[in-house]
Amino acid sequence: MRTNGPLALIFHSIFVVIMLAPIVVVCLVAFTPEGYLSLPTNGFSLRWFRAIANYPEFVHAFWVSLGLGALSSFVALLFAVPAALAIARYRFRGRDTLAALFLSPLMIPHVVLGIAFLRFFTAIGMGGTFAGLLVAHVVVVFPFALRLTLAAATGMNRSVEMAAISLGAGGWTLFRRVTLPLILPGVISGWALAFIQSFDDLTMTVFLAAPGTETLPVRMFLYIQDNIDPLVTSVSASVIAITMTALILLDRFYGLDRVLAGKGDPGR
Amino acid sequence: MSAAIDTAPANVAVTADTREARAAWALTAPAMMLFIGVLVIPLAMTVMLSFHDWGQYKGIETVFILKNWHEIATDPYYAEMFWRTFRIALLTTLITAVLGAPEAYILNRMSGRWKSLFLLVILGPLLISVVARTLGWALLFGGNNGLVNKLLMSLGLIGSPLRFMFTETGMVVALAHVMMPFMVLSVWAALQRVDPQIENAALSLGAGPLTIIRRIVLPQIMPGVLSGAIIVFSLAASAFATPAIIGGRRLKVAATLAYDEFLNTLNWPLGAAVAVLLLVALVLIVVGSNALIERRYAEVFR
Repeated sequence: MRTNGPLALIFHSIFVVIMLAPIVVVCLVAFTPEGYLSLPTNGFSLRWFRAIANYPEFVHAFWVSLGLGALSSFVALLFAVPAALAIARYRFRGRDTLAALFLSPLMIPHVVLGIAFLRFFTAIGMGGTFAGLLVAHVVVVFPFALRLTLAAATGMNRSVEMAAISLGAGGWTLFRRVTLPLILPGVISGWALAFIQSFDDLTMTVFLAAPGTETLPVRMFLYIQDNIDPLVTSVSASVIAITMTALILLDRFYGLDRVLAGKGDPGR
Repeated sequence: MSAAIDTAPANVAVTADTREARAAWALTAPAMMLFIGVLVIPLAMTVMLSFHDWGQYKGIETVFILKNWHEIATDPYYAEMFWRTFRIALLTTLITAVLGAPEAYILNRMSGRWKSLFLLVILGPLLISVVARTLGWALLFGGNNGLVNKLLMSLGLIGSPLRFMFTETGMVVALAHVMMPFMVLSVWAALQRVDPQIENAALSLGAGPLTIIRRIVLPQIMPGVLSGAIIVFSLAASAFATPAIIGGRRLKVAATLAYDEFLNTLNWPLGAAVAVLLLVALVLIVVGSNALIERRYAEVFR
């Protein structure tokens, strides 16, 4: 295999610096000791991280996001695991149509989904509720939960199941003691990826969130619309730190390229 | 499973088939009902909504009229806004293709450990909040003495500061950054199917580096570039956070205009019409270009 020449390496370095620059700048500004936006040239300070505690809207929004992400990914898996097993194992009429339907939230712009859910939940009297937000997030994260579970179910060695059946295991026992443990890495990665998607979603959620149910991205967005100050950079830096931790765990556990392969591209 | 069915008598095969189908439908029924109940129906309601009437004082009136569609078709404001949306998406797609494809190629030639490290660095931002990433660009752009302008001026690339905040230039730069991982990922996936020995063969036959790139590498990764371009284009054309933060309140694209109609003006039917038009346009563009690519590169996909 041929190696990269000096020109390629210079291009690569500039590319990586540009990719990281906005993220690094947010994290640096978060540590500024000044009262205005500036790089921390006169030493680092945690004052803007402490300031988050005095702004209960951000703290509340964080808990909403955390609960919403954890719950919606879990509920999505309750629907996705049986569907994935069916799609992976059986050849039945309407299988391709069904798979396309289940992956369709990836194809539909989130602004359209936000509008559709807003219209729907307002019409049935669930506008601005946490329950409505939860249902919407379940639908949006479903494709991510489905895809990783499907990959695990397709690659699973079924002779272990056959052995369990021959030993008299059936139905629920078979699923709980044999099938689920075998596809668990895929299920957990699906949960993690679904959680990140829910935790980060702004475009759809901004249509649905009411003052009590604002998620962290929505709160940050509305705050930035008014003014940009170091407080929102320290909140962003905290979000980045949380995501990076999840990311590194996901990479160790499952391989990031496998998790991301084909993200946003339901065709493959 | 199929082997077992093939050797079994015909009547057993039929019952096995219907049992399989029944099990499949039982397992997928909950998810299917969820999707019909809270995805298909809401989308249908949105399409209906775009045909309803709206007035400042009477609110939404459930009639069937073409008023909103007529307004979008005749008022040049909407033509200009959609043209801006697709212009920004197209420029973003071009930038990601021109920079992302070479980067994926370079990445693919790195040795194991560096490859996985830089893959993490480049794909990782995909999972970091779009609000945080766009905030980073807002900080870098700053006013006239933002870091980007200082850097460009000290390098002598520009004489006077460029305006990035509240301009299309700024939107394209930030969007290209946000969408770049999709392009790198797509090209990288295409490169995994390429046999590196073909390049060595060309080299041994006396081809120069430029010839190899143009005649060997480019044709093989082109499907990856094009499918990446479709993803980037459709995501950029419907992007909300980046245009809203960098573009401000004045420079509207389709998604931010729909948001305004829904949550500020409260003219839901008009907002729904804008959103439905965006959806239809994107579906047509994506399906159309997918068909073109598959016809053009039929031999690659076979």
